[in-house]
Amino acid sequence: MKRYRRATFLAAGMLILGAGTVLGDQTPIRIGVIYSFSSAGGTAGREFNDVVALFQRQHGDTIDGRKIEIITRDDGGIAPDNAKRLAQELIVQEHVDMLAGLIFTPNAVAVGTVSTPSKTPVFIVNATTSNIMAKNPYMSRYSMTATQVTVPLAKYAYKTGMRNMYVIYMDYGPGIDSGQTFENSFTAEGGKVLGEIRVPVNATDFSAYLQRMKDAKPDGIYIFLNANGSGTTFLKQAKAQGFDKAGIKIFCAGDLVTEQVLPAIGEASIGVISSMNYSGTHDSKLNRDFIKAFEAQSGGLPPTFGGVGTYDAFTAMYKVIEAQKGQIDPDKTMEIVKTLKFESPRGPIAIDPDTRDIVQNVYIRRTELRGGKLVNTEIDTYPMFRDPSEHA
Amino acid sequence: MTAIEIPAPAPVATSQEKAHKVFAFSSRWRWEEVAFWVAAAISIVVFPTHLVLIAQILITGLFALSFDLLVGYAGIPSLGHAAFFGIGAYTAGLLARSGWTEPISGLFVAAIIAGIAGLALSVVVSRLTGIGLIMITLGVGLLLLESAHSARGITGGDDGLSGINIAPIFGHFAFDFYGKTAVIYTFVVVLLLYLVARRIVNSPFGLELKGIRENVRRVPAIGIPLRNRYMVAFTVAAALAGVAGALLAQITQTVALSSLSFDRSALALILVMIGGMGTLIGALVGAAAYMVAQDRLSDLNPVYWNFWVGLLLVLFVLFARGGLIGGVDRLIVWIRAKRSKS
Amino acid sequence: MIGNLLYIVFSGVAYGVLLFLMSAGLAVTQGLMRFANLAHAAFAMLGGYIAVTLMNSLGWPFLLTLPIAALGTAIFAAILERTLFRRFYNVSQLYQIMLTVGIVSMSVASVTFIWGSVNQPVRMPDYLSSSIAIGNFDIDRYRLFLILAGGLVVWALIYGIDSTSFGAKVRAAVDNRRVTASCGINVDRLFMLAFFIGSALAGLGGALSVNLVGLSPTFAVDFLAYVLIVVTLGGHGSMKGALVAALLLGVVDVAGKYYVPQTGPFIIYALTVVVLFWRPNGLFAKA
Repeated sequence: MKRYRRATFLAAGMLILGAGTVLGDQTPIRIGVIYSFSSAGGTAGREFNDVVALFQRQHGDTIDGRKIEIITRDDGGIAPDNAKRLAQELIVQEHVDMLAGLIFTPNAVAVGTVSTPSKTPVFIVNATTSNIMAKNPYMSRYSMTATQVTVPLAKYAYKTGMRNMYVIYMDYGPGIDSGQTFENSFTAEGGKVLGEIRVPVNATDFSAYLQRMKDAKPDGIYIFLNANGSGTTFLKQAKAQGFDKAGIKIFCAGDLVTEQVLPAIGEASIGVISSMNYSGTHDSKLNRDFIKAFEAQSGGLPPTFGGVGTYDAFTAMYKVIEAQKGQIDPDKTMEIVKTLKFESPRGPIAIDPDTRDIVQNVYIRRTELRGGKLVNTEIDTYPMFRDPSEHA
Repeated sequence: MTAIEIPAPAPVATSQEKAHKVFAFSSRWRWEEVAFWVAAAISIVVFPTHLVLIAQILITGLFALSFDLLVGYAGIPSLGHAAFFGIGAYTAGLLARSGWTEPISGLFVAAIIAGIAGLALSVVVSRLTGIGLIMITLGVGLLLLESAHSARGITGGDDGLSGINIAPIFGHFAFDFYGKTAVIYTFVVVLLLYLVARRIVNSPFGLELKGIRENVRRVPAIGIPLRNRYMVAFTVAAALAGVAGALLAQITQTVALSSLSFDRSALALILVMIGGMGTLIGALVGAAAYMVAQDRLSDLNPVYWNFWVGLLLVLFVLFARGGLIGGVDRLIVWIRAKRSKS
Repeated sequence: MIGNLLYIVFSGVAYGVLLFLMSAGLAVTQGLMRFANLAHAAFAMLGGYIAVTLMNSLGWPFLLTLPIAALGTAIFAAILERTLFRRFYNVSQLYQIMLTVGIVSMSVASVTFIWGSVNQPVRMPDYLSSSIAIGNFDIDRYRLFLILAGGLVVWALIYGIDSTSFGAKVRAAVDNRRVTASCGINVDRLFMLAFFIGSALAGLGGALSVNLVGLSPTFAVDFLAYVLIVVTLGGHGSMKGALVAALLLGVVDVAGKYYVPQTGPFIIYALTVVVLFWRPNGLFAKA
């Protein structure tokens, strides 16, 4: 976690620009980042830094003569009081023009209470609970919402013959969103939910839950666990307890089977069907270039949906800055944000003008072994899917 | 013959007067205390962009102070003190969310509820010492955390409480974006409670607490009702911790499970040790030192931060058991010794 | 119905054996020296990481990593004991807590630095993966292994405590240190040996637990609560108490998760508080 602050650049820049360049303000444009770089965020922090480094290498760090300065702060995990204080300090002390980052919903909500009165645009990179956007007119999101990604999976499950399912999810914002969305959608399609299990966030041993589900004899199960690795243990235990032998299909949120975690899960992940906004195998030149650049930066680790969210948030921020020729006005910024549509490594994305939330393809993937490597292969697509809960 | 004047015997001080002198001596203001409060007041003026940090330092200091009363004065080790902080925070938050947004009365209610919880716990632990006591406080703390986690409907679970609106103080001073109102509100409350705590420890009751710390078996032998004192100590410490929690909830307008976590309980212990156990001001100084360091070094990789804090703890416990205040005291003694030699 | 109950007992006992291995050392340490070692779960974590590194980076077979994990942990713990812990034996337990909390903090940070914060990948050999069919039931091979291997270790321990002179000396020292010392027994050396063995057990427990509960830097803190609960419920210094408490905890935990999954560890903590209230010194306390 570095401070991207180089006084020499600033001095040199001012010297050059002082030699008679054009319009007003030549101070740097400051982007304040609040993210979970500590272990509470898992590998997300590292991925964030890698993406920012490669992005600035590709697109440079100056727009219209103004340098883009990125100031990072660690919120330490789920800590809304910290996040709020950091946001206040970034705005008041560092005079940031915009904020970015945020993994956890409570932190995003807390930052929202600061962003709205101060009119600071916030570009959300990761937080996925649906209800963040409504009360915060200066926020826009570049990741996904749990609901957005889960509804297609429920539809797909029913389409492929699932009639009775058991649902298990982690007892926090995104988990509850995903789990209950799945239950509602699946039931709406005509399926039956045999039962649900709410798992505490720091659970490590899932064998009892698995046994309970197995005893109910469902056609399949739906899982939401966070991307930090508990999914690894879960899938391995499922295999150890004979879920494949019993013919119970596993459907899960893509968080469990991210590209970085698949090697740890190993064979237990084969056959799992997940939904996500991004797959490493997405067949586009932009994605292939992105992965190559990322792996070079990270020393071999592949990018995940978190990295893509970061990349697109920065693409958006740069577009917004360029469109305003370096003069940032918050309301004008949000006007531009509402019209954004561009190609991302995940596929085409757009920002919904009503909710400022992301509209994107949702992919159904199957995890399989290809060329000796575990990958998520896209087997179905729900194009330009909007979060249905936000259009009540 | 003239009568020999036998001088009247010097008046013997009554035990009341002797006690009065002792207390007057021990309750004189030490320069560290004056220095801290003056510095705190000055920093509010000098650092107008850091007001939220200053407020949070004072709140953390109050929490550490309440823990010092328990552990530094009464010698009751507890690894679950965050429970009272969290109870205070959630009380204030829920109160505000259900429409009672007046802040000062919110603090009172939080103090009372937290105090009752402290009383309840003291009834349970009053017959334990040492490891058993530590374990049960740890267990209760964890239990409360788990319950709060499950009771999503009330506490918001992992997502915490948000949307807490606090009415302006005295109907006039609204909570502003820069934190001006928040920091002065916090400063006044913490200072007042600090004075109250001082009064408590420099009183006969305070002496009794120290007696419990030094030799708990002897205390009943000199006629002090041990159980009763435990209960009072716990209740007061819990109430103060509750106020700290309520303050945090009010000025940040959020409450999260972290207010009940084991990390926070351990933090209380760390701060009191760093500052100096049993000195009251040590708790505040420890809080200030820790949080300022954390703020300045937060650029540093958080992994490294945890490592250095751990190392610091080990070093402190090896070499500097009196904490910062103890260290300062020893320095002064050393300087004076040098001066008197020359 | 019976199948469910059998499953719960089976799974619970496996978990309990694991907890026992991780806690046995602490029970003895606390009984012997009254030393509040909150870093004990960190020792277990170290054992886990040793095993994982040997398997993943050096390709060692799983079973071979177990004794090395135990030994490595024991050596590390012995060094800590010699250099740091022994200065604090007669000091207030608050300082012991501070010291060991500092060590835990440092170990979590070091482990994160070296191995990262993600769950460690681990692959069991085939004969320990998946399940084996016995009659109508699908028995998880790994849990079976845990019960058998762990049971063997437990038996050896109990035998050691009950029937060897070393065990007798330890029991004597737990009961009354001074009298034991006055009988000419070198209590210091006894303790060092007991500490060594206890830490080795913790390391073994940690290595065995990776496949069951995963391994990440937070292991040292996550399992600390369970380990402390086992030792406190069992009563300090009582190995048998720790065994009973660990098995009880394991079974209650699994049963709770099966029948009332939404309550999480609540049941464990509630149980602890209730038992402590009733028997403040643990179930098998040696007063």
